[in-house]
Amino acid sequence: MAFEPILTRNIRKPGSETIDVYMASGGYQGLRRGLKEFTPDKLIEEVKASGLRGRGGAGFPTGMKWGFLPKTKDKPRYLCVNADESEPGTFKDRLLIEKDPHLVLEGIILSAYAIQSGLAFFYIRGEFHQGCRTFEKAVQEAYAKGFLGKNILGSGFDLDIIIYRGAGAYICGEETALLESLEGKRGYPRIKPPFPAIVGLYGCPTIINNVETLANVTLIAERGAAWFASIGRPPKNTGPKLFCLSGHVKRPGVFEAPLGVPFLELLNEYAGGMKHPDRPLKAAVPGGSSMKILPAAKCDVLMDFDSLAAAGTMLGSAGGFVMDSGTCIVWALHNVARFYAHESCGQCTPCREGTGWLVKILARLERGDGHPGDVDLLAGIAGKIEGNTVCPFGEAIAWPVESYVRVFRDEFEEHARAKACPGKAAAAR
Amino acid sequence: MTIPVRPDTDHKIDELLSRFPMRGSALLPALYLVQEEKGHVSDESMEYIASKIGVSPAFVSGVVSFYTMFHRRPVGRHHIQVCRTLPCALSGSDTLMAHLKARLGIRDGETRADGKFSLASVECLGACDRAPFIQINEREHGPVDGTKMDEILKGLE
Repeated sequence: MAFEPILTRNIRKPGSETIDVYMASGGYQGLRRGLKEFTPDKLIEEVKASGLRGRGGAGFPTGMKWGFLPKTKDKPRYLCVNADESEPGTFKDRLLIEKDPHLVLEGIILSAYAIQSGLAFFYIRGEFHQGCRTFEKAVQEAYAKGFLGKNILGSGFDLDIIIYRGAGAYICGEETALLESLEGKRGYPRIKPPFPAIVGLYGCPTIINNVETLANVTLIAERGAAWFASIGRPPKNTGPKLFCLSGHVKRPGVFEAPLGVPFLELLNEYAGGMKHPDRPLKAAVPGGSSMKILPAAKCDVLMDFDSLAAAGTMLGSAGGFVMDSGTCIVWALHNVARFYAHESCGQCTPCREGTGWLVKILARLERGDGHPGDVDLLAGIAGKIEGNTVCPFGEAIAWPVESYVRVFRDEFEEHARAKACPGKAAAAR
Repeated sequence: MTIPVRPDTDHKIDELLSRFPMRGSALLPALYLVQEEKGHVSDESMEYIASKIGVSPAFVSGVVSFYTMFHRRPVGRHHIQVCRTLPCALSGSDTLMAHLKARLGIRDGETRADGKFSLASVECLGACDRAPFIQINEREHGPVDGTKMDEILKGLE
């Protein structure tokens, strides 16, 4: 049976962002069904049974995360929506927020009901001006229809939502940095444990979920866990997924496919293949710039959490991008390292100092001023950052450095030896 | 202390203070309100916001300096941000930036003397399918090549 796009079923309809168009296509039926047929605990069980794993990057089972909340209810609980989409190569949540905000909002209401939270925060990256306006309007429409506020659809469940704009900091997509930012502070990640489910926003139990994850909750409430679990590669990689593909492809974009779609199908069929017919694929990063790179010969992989882990990389935020034969890998890694050096929050010394050193070394290699030991130095620094920081940002820079250097070692050595960058001119085309 | 903002901005900040379970959360939205009115966040504005929220001016300054979207100095009426991160760079953002520098006669991070344009290279704006991608104030454009850029600039004259 051909796969029927469902997360993106509305996005091409005129006025897809309005509640009228959303409801005309059956929108908010999942909410009606969820509030009527499920107790909060049953809804958590349903999400567990669906196999839904977080779409933000780590792929942690959503229902299990919800299950970590304390059983006592002496403190308020909060749901924080992570709409701080900032991983280079990733622009899928932007699509949902701008084109189908009610699909997301319905999932937020259902999830808040499941975890019994009366106040949800929608933390959206500051640069998403259009998305923020669209989502604000969607929230107003939902209040007007009684889907937000007091006694939603006569269920006795109350929910308010506050939209909170980030202000330009990649790190705030890390869940505990997001909480700090929401509290009006610098976005410094917190040490875990305690995990946010126990001590989160304002010291209260908090669940942080990604936008696409919550959109999937809408679908699960609407069609059931069994339906969801039949899509993709059950039992551990279930459901529809949004895949981004950019870089040297003919048609960059967001493509919906079941988890486990072959990468080469995404590249050649969904994205139309390579941009320049005379320049074949050199390498791909399947999951966003912090994930490990795959050389062309190893790109015959399935796009799901476990298949990519087995291939030595990760699905991450599914922000894939590809580079063709004209790309200088040293130049590309220099760009990636510069990003992470710029975005390091500065809290942990290995990451703050290490990212700066990496940029300096890569810059001199690219300039033609490299030293003979530079290639080993890069790998050594990456190894000393990994595992030695409060948050996974350390891995986010260590992994690309380790993998680019390992896979394309000859090219790095060549830069150090020849004192020049042969690929630079081609890369910018 | 005199209030350095318009009464309506002051009023909106008061509303923010009671909106959140803890008033500290009002800081980022309050900074946005002030920046919206003034175009940037001055020392005076930071002292004012600090006293409203009940934190020190140094704390506010620490927050402002953490986030790239708060401007400590005025930027141009048209603030042009060019994404430079890898997916945009693979699509020629370097060339676009060089083109803009030449057209505007300013360097990365500068504001033109007449105050009309400022130029900044920024990290990933989350629109890699429209690379190379730029933002001018709150408007988005992409993909942008030299010709398209000239058309956009012409529209701003």
